[in-house]
Formats: sequence, structure tokens, C-alpha cells
Amino acid sequence: MNLVWGFIFVPLIAICLIPFLQLKGKAIAVYAAICFIAVLTSYVAFGALAGQNSELILAGSFITGSIRLQVDALSAWFLLIINFAFVTGGFYGLFYMNAYANQPKNLSLHGILFVLLYTTLTSLCAIQNSIVFLVAWEIMALSAFLSILFEHEKIATIKAGINYLIQSHVSIIFLMVGFIWVASKTGSYDFNDIRAYSFAQSNAVSLLLYLFFFIGFAIKAGFVPFHTWLPYAHPAAPAHISGIMSGILIKIGIFGILRMLLLINLDYITVGSIILTISLISGVYGVMLAILQHNLKKLLAYHSIENIGIIGIGIGLGCIGLGMNNPILSSLGFAGALLHTLNHSLFKSLLFFTAGNIYQATHTLDIEKLGGLVKKMPQTTVLFLIAALAICGLPPFNGFISEFILYTGLFGTIQNAYITSLIGIVFTIIGLTLIGGLAIMCFTKAFGVVFLGNPRHDFHSEVKEVSFYQLLPLYFIAAFIISIGLFPGFFLNALIKPVQLFTNLHQLPFVSFQGNGIETLASVSKASCILILLILVLIVIRKLVLQKKSITVSATWNCGYIAPTAKIQYSASSFVKTYSKLLGIVFLIFKKEKEVEGVFPVAAHLETHPYDKIEKWFIDYPINNFKSFMGRFLFFQNGKLQFYILYGIIFIITVISIPLIYDQIILFIEFLKLL
Amino acid sequence: MLSSLLIILAATFFTGIIIRTKSIASGRKGPGIFQPVKDVIRLFRKGAVYSKTTSFVFQIAPTIYFASVFVAMLVIPFGQSKGIISFNGDFIFFAYILGIGKFFSIIGAMDTGSSFEGMGASREALYSMFAEPAFFILMGSLALLTGFTSFQEIFSALHLGSSISYALAVMAAFVFLMIAMIENSRMPLDDPKTHLELTMVHEVMILDNSGFDLGLILTAGYLKFAIYGAIIFNLFSGTIAYQYAIPMFFGMQAFLAFVVGMIESFMARFRMNHNAQFIVVLSSVSLLIFFGALLVSGKFI
Repeated sequence: MNLVWGFIFVPLIAICLIPFLQLKGKAIAVYAAICFIAVLTSYVAFGALAGQNSELILAGSFITGSIRLQVDALSAWFLLIINFAFVTGGFYGLFYMNAYANQPKNLSLHGILFVLLYTTLTSLCAIQNSIVFLVAWEIMALSAFLSILFEHEKIATIKAGINYLIQSHVSIIFLMVGFIWVASKTGSYDFNDIRAYSFAQSNAVSLLLYLFFFIGFAIKAGFVPFHTWLPYAHPAAPAHISGIMSGILIKIGIFGILRMLLLINLDYITVGSIILTISLISGVYGVMLAILQHNLKKLLAYHSIENIGIIGIGIGLGCIGLGMNNPILSSLGFAGALLHTLNHSLFKSLLFFTAGNIYQATHTLDIEKLGGLVKKMPQTTVLFLIAALAICGLPPFNGFISEFILYTGLFGTIQNAYITSLIGIVFTIIGLTLIGGLAIMCFTKAFGVVFLGNPRHDFHSEVKEVSFYQLLPLYFIAAFIISIGLFPGFFLNALIKPVQLFTNLHQLPFVSFQGNGIETLASVSKASCILILLILVLIVIRKLVLQKKSITVSATWNCGYIAPTAKIQYSASSFVKTYSKLLGIVFLIFKKEKEVEGVFPVAAHLETHPYDKIEKWFIDYPINNFKSFMGRFLFFQNGKLQFYILYGIIFIITVISIPLIYDQIILFIEFLKLL
Repeated sequence: MLSSLLIILAATFFTGIIIRTKSIASGRKGPGIFQPVKDVIRLFRKGAVYSKTTSFVFQIAPTIYFASVFVAMLVIPFGQSKGIISFNGDFIFFAYILGIGKFFSIIGAMDTGSSFEGMGASREALYSMFAEPAFFILMGSLALLTGFTSFQEIFSALHLGSSISYALAVMAAFVFLMIAMIENSRMPLDDPKTHLELTMVHEVMILDNSGFDLGLILTAGYLKFAIYGAIIFNLFSGTIAYQYAIPMFFGMQAFLAFVVGMIESFMARFRMNHNAQFIVVLSSVSLLIFFGALLVSGKFI
């Protein structure tokens, strides 16, 4: 009980204090509040992972009924992910925000929102009452919205923020429909009643109920086709907010999807197939579009969609495994999904933070303008490289581990599966490998163009590395990434309890990854260690060999051409030219072109803007149609006062006349009922 | 252990045989089959030239590329004897460890800031991305046929009984050979002997490498050929005793090298824009193998 009051009051005190403090005081207040909550919730979470669920019932009010708080293994896993991201992201944010020290009011608001966002995100993991859940969800969405708007003087930022605001409210509408549906049938807001209700219903009804929740949470998570807010919101927000949005905020959608899976009784094969299909599309489509992007943060945002796809693939496989009564596929599917949730939050926040460093140093995120940063910002380069290798799923980093778990599940079931599920498995394998290959292409492009070669643009201010303190949390994240890659067994052990929650749904004989998880991963980590050792040995040998040899430094070979400029380098667009031509039908690329004409050529230019085809057909097209339809009624709003008075009179007359024709209305309704 | 030794031995002559075959086919005498190894040894003795544009990435890239190929080699079994690294799903590790080498060779090329090397890097990234599904579907169908998920178990349980399974094995050998050609950027996709940078894939990526680094890259190429040769040999070897299997292994490697040499002598390189289509065809051949495997295992009901 005391814990809960601490959880509520400490952030509250911090929020009240922040506006009245000096700049340094604000920072300390924000960070102290974050650390306090992190310690508090981690304590509860570690208990839950060890098998000791905490449950607490608050009295609540007459509206909400009693409010149940519960931290089980699933909540605990997400709590720990959230805590790590906010502790590192908050620390990074303190120093990132130094650049805006001349806007103290703006910073106060930002600090308050940051604490609020963190508090609501952690509380969402524990709340088991639908009304309180929705309220917390709304506060979370609004504080994220206002955090995005930090640089509100830019039009693009406002547009991105409003886009996010609208879409997150569409998400809330779906959730509300789901919750109200259950509440109207059971008369209670407790999550346990969702379970009781769904067990009393047929599979089709439960599925419909689940789909409402799924769409609501999927908008937050960014599954295709609900992803369109992500590529706008991430680039607009400050770096630490985009890191947290991509690392945590969209994961709360995943948490919701998993939580509802635990509560609603479903035909798991159907649900699994639906989730798997959507996830495969998200994964492949996300990375396909990521490759085309010129804005570094937008590129990373599309990669979030891809990784959400990979997580979804895990969830889908887990569900199908449940339906097939296959403990291997089920446990490895959910384990892969949960581990990838952690992994993605690590490397994606690292990528966004390094992108933030680049933005602070160069004031641009346009890949085509960057280049050669490795010489100016060597530490940022190494950190970005580690994260890039991890996100491509390459050993010995953490991304490989979660993808490997998924592959093990897939190949492990191939023998026992039947023809329909086999085709699903083959498509999943193709999808996963394509995602891996495309991710390598995307990040070799991003890393190669941004950090390597010669600078493509003349920056007016000197480009230099950010301060050590700003880099410190990034080193922590990188160390965590490598430690998961090298010692995956430990993390798989921590996943036993959360995965058990799911396998217990069908009473599958799941025995803590013995036989197919832990031992295999031990061999993987051994193999990774061999790789690292070999690299180290080779580096030493190379150094010894080259010591005695003559080393010459010269210009890059340009086929004998001796005056190369930076413009001669391969650019990001040219790197992906063949690819974008090959898969042109999937993309929508707007071109602005002025060709070279005449005997004495004048200036020419070519601009390309990749656009999202799904956004065009799923968002823009219906909205434009709706707008043009509503446009037909514009004559009502003609600006003449007389007409507006007339509308008022018509309204009043209608209202007054309703009782007069009440009987007729009743009669009409009765008539309709007869039909 | 045994497999790694054999692969290293086979790597010493594989590329030499390709070159010799090509020379004889074009009416020349050609160098000895150990000439590539001698070239590498000479490179190891040389100094190095580095571009002033490059950074530490360019310096470590060849090392990591070589290390990745070497560790991938440790995964390959030889008949009954396991590779040094062997576990369930080791072929996934195999593909991804080659991926890390590829990643570094691509960014190593990008590090030079040259227009040509970026071109090669872009092509390499694209082709290897398309080739990957073929490998995974193929391994998936072998896993389906045998019920195991590690190289060694799959290959030792792979009994070629019916005529269908022979057809499957031949198709699988074809796919593996083609993947080897893509990985090594050889003839139908890339001509290692071309003189125009614009038409190269792999060669243009290593234009600026010299000395020790170039030696490592070349050695890794030789190893890759022998690795894929060993995989193809494993498809057919099954449970043959060592005294027959080892000579057969070298015979097979020499034969494959000969085949590669003949392909390179009598085939023109594809147009660049046809390469991607060709690689996608490989995936569909793998899918064919997969359906064949379904047929054999009696799941096609």
C-alpha cells in the first residue's frame, strides 16, 4: 500500500516543484523522480519474475469500482524494459536538452511531461481496471503528444503531433468500444471479468472482441496498416523522446496485445494466423520503405515498424503453437517475441540517441548531406555501428539471439506440422530472411553514407563529438546489447515465468526451455565468443605483420582520375537505386526534375520524395473522399447571419415539436421492429 | 575438426583448378593450381597503401570478413564427424555469421568514398539479400526430410532412397553451387576478370585494399568456395567410411572447381539488371525442392 502512495506522490511532488526550480534543479527533480519510480517498480518486478506476483486492491470510487493492481511476470518484464529505457533515456535527455537552456518554460513543461509519461507507462503495466486503464492511457497519449511538440515553432512538428494525436485517439476509441462492450454485459470494470465474459461466449464473439482490442493496441504498436503516424512523429520529437517512443511507447501496444491474449479465450490458430499475416506484412513492408528514406530518424521509424513485425511474428507463432498444442513452437514464439521487445528497445533507443548526437553536431538529419562523421565523432560512430549490427540481427549481438529463437521454433516444428501450417512456416521463414537481408542493406547504406567517406556538405559550425556525460548512457546500452548477445541463457531463464503464463493457457507441458533453448543458446554464445576471439587474434597478427612493412597513405583509387570531389561519392539514393527500380511497383516516389537542356547547360536538379503507398490508399484516399463529400454541404456555412439565425429557429422548432409527434415515433419504431 | 582441415586443404587448390580450367579451355597453358595460394603469400609479405579518406572501419573490415568466413567454416561437418561448432540450428548461425562479414565488407567499401566501390557495395547488398531466402528454404526442406536441425544430423540422416530424393539432391546441389557463385561473385553474375570497374561487383569493392588485407580477403574467397563444395559433398556422402569419403571429398571439390571453370569459360555474364531475377529464380527452385520434400515425407495429402 505504501508503495502505491509513494508511486503516486513522488512524481506529483516532482511535477509541482519543477516549474519553480532553476535549470539544474529541474533536471535533478526530473531525474530523481524517475530513479525513485524505477527502483520501486523494479523491486516489485524482480519479485514477480522470481514467481511472486504482487496484487493489491484499492477502494477506488463509485464510478470505477474497486481498482485492482497486479504485477505478474508479463507486467514485470515490460516494467523492467520501461525502467531501463527511461533511466538511460532520461540521463541522455538531461544533456541533450542543454542545447535548449534558453527556453526554461518550455523545459519545465517538457520535464513534467517526461515524468508523467513514465509514471503512466509503468502504471499501465499494473492496472487491472478498464476505466482507470483508459484514463492512464489517455494521459500517456497526451503527454507523448506534448513531448513531440517540443520544437513547436516548426510546422512539420505541429503537423506530426496532430497526426499522432488523432491516430492515438482512434486507438482509444477501439479500446473503449472493447471495454464498454464487456462492462455493459458484466457490469464490472475488472479485467478478470473480461476473462469470465469471454469464456461464456462462442469463439466468433471472443474473436470479434479481441480484434477490437487488437486494432486499438496495434495502432499504438504501429502494425501495418496502422503505422502511418510513426514516420512523422519520430523525426519530429527530440532525440530522447523519439528513442523512448520507439523503444517503449509502441511496446505498450505489444503489452496490450499480449495482455488481452491472456484474458480472452480464443481459437488460437485463427488469431495466430491473423497476427502472423499482419506481422509479416509489417516486417517486410517496414524495412522495404526504410531503405528509401533520406531522413535518418524517419528511416529508423520505419525500422520500428519492421521490428514490431518481428515481435508480432513471435506472438503469432506462439499462438499457432498454442493452437497446435506444440510446446516448442509456443514457448519459443513467445520467448522470441518478448526478448525481441527488450532487444528492440535497446538498440532502437541507442540508434535514436546517436541520431540525436548527429543532429546536435550538424543540425541536419538528411542523410545525403552527411558523410565522413567517423573522423569528427568516433565514439558516436562506434555506438551507432554496434546498434546497427544488432538491429540487422547479426551475431554476436542481441538481435541475432531473438531472431535465432524464432528460427529455432520454426525449424523445430517443421517436422510435426501439417501442410497448411507448413506453408505458413515457409512464408514466415522467407519473410524473416528477407527482413534480415533488407535490414543489412538499409544499415550499410545509413552507416556508410552518414559516417564514412568524405563530408558531403559544408557545415558552418564545427562538427564535434558530444559531451562524455551524454555518451555515458549510450555506452551502458551498448554493453547491455553485447551482454545479451554473449550470455543469452541468463535472459532466457528470466523469460521462463512470462512464457509460462502463455503456455499455461492450454496446459502445455513446457519445461523451461530444456532441450531446445538453453543448451542451444549456450552453443551460440560459445560460437560468438570464438568469433570475437578470432577477430582479436587476427587484429594482433595483422598489427605484428604490418609493423615492419611500409605503410603509405594515398588518395582513393578513382580509375586514374586524380581530383575527386566529395560529390563523386556514392550517395544514399544511388546506393538503393537498383533496389528501388526493381521493386518499383510497391513504392510511390514523387520526383521533381529539371533536366539539363541546350548547348550550354544551365542548372538542373532532381528531387525525390518517397511516399507510403498504404498511407495514400488507407489514410489519404478515404479522408479526401470524405472531405469532398462534406464539401457539398459547405453552402450551409455561408457566413450570412440571417441564415445562422434561421438554423437556430429550425432547431428550436424541431426540439419543441418532438413531444407532439412522440406517439408517431413510437409507432414507427414498433413498425421497424415488426420488420 | 576433420572437416575444417579438409576444407582448408581443398581451399588451396579450388580456385587454382578454376583458373587452370579456364586457361586450358581458352587454349592457354595457365598457371599451376597452387598459384592463388602463392599470390596470397606474396601479398602477406607486402606493405600496404591506405586511402586518406578511410578510417578504422576500412582497417578492420577485411579482418572481420575473414574471421566470419573462418567461423562459418567451423560449422560445416564432414559426413559423420561434427564441425567444431555444432548445435541445433547451426545453419542459421552459418548464414548470419556470413552476414556479418558481408556487412563489414560493404561498409569497408563505402569507407573509401569512391564512386566505384559504392557501386559494388550496393550490388553486393542487393544480391546477397535475394540469395538468402533460397538458402533458408533449402535448409528448411532438408530439415523437413530428416527431422533434424543441425548440419551434421541433417547430412548423416539424409538417405537418398527414392528417385525423387535423388532429383531433390541434384537440385539442392545446383542451388548450393549457385549460392557459392553469388557469394564469391563468380561468372553468371559477376566476372572476376573484367577490366571495367562499372561492371564489377566484388572486385570493385576491394579496389583500395592491398597487402595483408587483400590477402585475407582473397583467402576468405578461396575458403568460401571450399565451404560450399563441402556442403554439396555432404549432401551425397551420407555414411560412407572415411577411407573412401576423404578421397571422394577431394574428387568432388576438384570436379566442382572444374564445373565452375567450364561455366566461366562458356557462359557470358548476365546483364546487371538480370542478376536479381536470376537470384530470385534460385528461391523458386528451393521452393520446388521444398514441395518435393513434402511429397517424399508424405505430407501432401
